[in-house]
Amino acid sequence: MTEALRQTAADPILAGAARPLTGNEAIARGVWEAGAKVAAAYPGTPSTEILENIATYPASDIHAQWSTNEKTAMDVAIGASFAGVRAFTAMKHVGLNVAADALMSFSYIGVNGGLVIAICDDPGIHSSQNEQDSRIYARFAQVPVLEPSDGQEALELTRLAFDISERFDTPVFVRSTTRLSHTRSTVVMGSREEPAERHFNENPKKNVMIPAHARMQHGVVLERERRLKDWLNDTPLNRVEPGDTRVGIITSGIPYTYVKEVMPDATVLKLGVTWPLPDRLLHDFAASVDRVIVVEELEPLIEDALKAMGIPCEGKAFFPRAGEFSPEVVHDGLARAGLMTPRVNAAPFEFAPMIRPPVLCAGCPHAACYMALRALDARVAGDIGCYTLAVVEPLKSIDTCVSMGSSIANAVGMAKAGTETKPIVATIGDSTFLHSGIPPLIDAVYNGADITVFLLDNHITAMTGGQDHPGTGKTLRGDPAPRIDFMELVKSLGVKWVQKVDSYDTASMQRTLREAMAHKGVSVVISDRPCVLDPVRIKGPAMEVEQESCIACQACMNLGCPAITWSEGWHEGRHKVRIDPEACIGCSLCAQLCTTHSIRPIQ
Amino acid sequence: MGDKSNRTMNVLIVGVGGQGVIMVSKVLAQLCQADGHDVKQSEVHGMAKRGGGVFSHVRFGPKVWSPTIPEGEVDILVALEWAEGLRWLKHLKPDTGTFIADCQKIVPPFACRNRKRGAEPAYAPQTPEEIIEQVHAGYVMDATGMAANLGNARASNTVLLGALSTVLDFPEEAWVEIIAATVPAKSVEANRAAFAEGRAWAMGGEKRIDVTASGLHKAHSEMHHPQVDTILEITEEWCKGCDICVKMCPERCLRLNDLLKAELALPDLCTGCQLCAWLCPDQAIRVTNIPVTEAAE
Ligand SMILES: Cc1ncc(C[n+]2csc(CCOP(=O)(O)OP(=O)(O)O)c2C)c(N)n1
Ligand code: SF4
Ligand code: SF4
Ligand code: SF4
Ligand code: SF4
Repeated sequence: MTEALRQTAADPILAGAARPLTGNEAIARGVWEAGAKVAAAYPGTPSTEILENIATYPASDIHAQWSTNEKTAMDVAIGASFAGVRAFTAMKHVGLNVAADALMSFSYIGVNGGLVIAICDDPGIHSSQNEQDSRIYARFAQVPVLEPSDGQEALELTRLAFDISERFDTPVFVRSTTRLSHTRSTVVMGSREEPAERHFNENPKKNVMIPAHARMQHGVVLERERRLKDWLNDTPLNRVEPGDTRVGIITSGIPYTYVKEVMPDATVLKLGVTWPLPDRLLHDFAASVDRVIVVEELEPLIEDALKAMGIPCEGKAFFPRAGEFSPEVVHDGLARAGLMTPRVNAAPFEFAPMIRPPVLCAGCPHAACYMALRALDARVAGDIGCYTLAVVEPLKSIDTCVSMGSSIANAVGMAKAGTETKPIVATIGDSTFLHSGIPPLIDAVYNGADITVFLLDNHITAMTGGQDHPGTGKTLRGDPAPRIDFMELVKSLGVKWVQKVDSYDTASMQRTLREAMAHKGVSVVISDRPCVLDPVRIKGPAMEVEQESCIACQACMNLGCPAITWSEGWHEGRHKVRIDPEACIGCSLCAQLCTTHSIRPIQ
Repeated sequence: MGDKSNRTMNVLIVGVGGQGVIMVSKVLAQLCQADGHDVKQSEVHGMAKRGGGVFSHVRFGPKVWSPTIPEGEVDILVALEWAEGLRWLKHLKPDTGTFIADCQKIVPPFACRNRKRGAEPAYAPQTPEEIIEQVHAGYVMDATGMAANLGNARASNTVLLGALSTVLDFPEEAWVEIIAATVPAKSVEANRAAFAEGRAWAMGGEKRIDVTASGLHKAHSEMHHPQVDTILEITEEWCKGCDICVKMCPERCLRLNDLLKAELALPDLCTGCQLCAWLCPDQAIRVTNIPVTEAAE
């Protein structure tokens, strides 16, 4: 858990107090207050802090764990529900793709102890590979989805979700977005109430999904949907806020706050539940206003449903289907609909802002790995993690990146296609390897693919802020745990050629990779150095550049280390370089590359 | 400014990952909440740790709806880094907005990509004077320098909080109390001093530029741009295809051709650094840099 987080966590017990909480902190609080006993997740922005915050509540109240991936986390939660306790899992939108198989069947089974799944979407793709709309999964799996619009609702709807889950015998989604998850607002907290104890319910017809049972349960699910709709027509979760009846706006979640911001006088139907939709309420609402506008981020889920019900409405004709909403986007859409005057763009400052893309940290152990791959001119199937940043200059050595765990099997496919002349390398981080890299590595061995797998072991899940995993030897709560030995693991899968390299030794890195690529069949190279940010911030003595001898060749800059920039000195019209002593962690990689031995530790 | 009317006040705090943007916004948000306002503080920090831009919206008033500030409605823009401040300037209220910026420059490696002779870093060239002229009220200060003089450059964000405190309507003691509760115990005194320093500096008028701030932006006008033609010759007969120059060229502009001889594949990228010539074991490469005109000094 990061230091910053430790400071922000809500006081675990305090009831009745008001605190500024992020959406994620509020969801965590709701889980604890609802008396949940088991919570499991795999990290993923923007959902990660939910489990980290649950882990700040007493272990005697709730078991909280990192699982190896989202499907595992979902199955752990399902197991706890089978055993009769309230259970919880959280994941980012794409995590639900991984967990979907379990979800689809469990929807048929229903719950014993209430089961709530927090799904955090990322409209605007702040930190993801796509911006899929998870509400569509709710419709697909036929489970209700609750959409809070601020911290207070995040807490209350999460609590309520457990009641709905048990009352209607269904898993329930609480859907957040990056904006809600990372916005802090005042939240009044309640106290924890544990539901009456239940035990395993021996009922194979409900719990064992063989075809005969599943056929029966499908009917039960459809009936459940009908009962939910009935109930949703009258629950205060969906509320009408009366106003000017010339237009009625139907909205939910964070976009509701934008609507209130830009058009405070409109009649609004705020949906707390966006699937299933309350047909009677919607018909009545539409009849009470002259014109219905749907304001929803991403997909036209509500709009399409309204149209299917025969309710005339407009939505995506005025609002974008891609990207994150904002007060500006909502204003522009309402202006397009002829309901507001367009914004005047009185921006007096006309200059193109400098781009500041994210970069690998100064001293990041991944940098030398990709430098070597670029020098060796490999075809690199990439994966997801900090190391994906090596796709841009100056490291620029990743050719593909699909989804977590894709790299190894992508490489197998490239090798089997037989068109590639370059050596084929899959690069994958330690956390990603444990998440979904092991089955494809077995696939590669089994099918005799001629590839090199470069396992970038930085001893942490870095991208999402430094979470533990089975390779770190620690659990979510910081307790010691058995530690995966990657060498032994890889060998046990049948890989014959495997070697470890030091990420801070550029020469041996190149040599080892060259040997690995020359090996026929599957070879595995494991780079081994901890991330410099987590779990502890690494800061060794900084390096400096001797200005007299630097010939401004810029070889050191090819690392992309953010501590290295140009100095005020020149050589033959080229900038000499300098190192920011505050930022440099002293990894010595640049010194290894320097052609004139101008880079040395500060004396 | 700093009125407690029915209006929502909008403060946007921007900077680079690791600078303490979140600390500034948290202090402000807590202060507002303690003063009885409704507050929303929204930040996107997915990639923040990797040196990308960070921004945090703080809105307070009787009732705050949207977590983000609509464009052109920022009352106060606090920038912990110069170029980041410029990036968000157009979000400032044109007629009443206040701009508070540290003049410190964090030049990303990306800005040093163009390695042609005499190339300047692709970094915001605008000077504090130019910018201050265009805003309603503005302070460009060397907050990092001030904090460093007090013994801890990392407290630059607290120096800016000191400046911010002069524009908002909260008592000085309230600021100090919340800052003390937010920072680690051992740095309370340092932050108290940093706050006082920033506050005292900003009391000096509605538009102020620190002298060091303007100086910082002048340094680059003194560079030289020699016009040089680079001629790179490879003696094919001597090249044995060892690949050393190809691997070591910083611009990656050499390659081995089909006959396994080195050739200059991307002449536009060659900077004439002569590394290949020095490294070639067989002295097969010769690099000549011929001045076209006299270097303009
Ligand atoms: C299915 C899915 N789950 C979670 C994420 C979020 N995520 C992106 S990268 C990553 C982990 C990266 O860890 P690792 O592979 O060890 O690389 P590192 O960042 O440490 O370099 C996670 C959890 C995702 N993109 N997709
Ligand atoms: S957080 Fe760790 S793994 Fe990620 S870029 Fe920084 S050093 Fe590298
Ligand atoms: S030693 Fe060089 S490469 Fe390593 S962090 Fe310092 S400047 Fe960057
Ligand atoms: S590699 Fe060495 S000589 Fe070349 S620019 Fe860097 S510090 Fe200067
Ligand atoms: S002089 Fe040689 S090493 Fe330097 S950039 Fe040109 S080709 Fe590359």
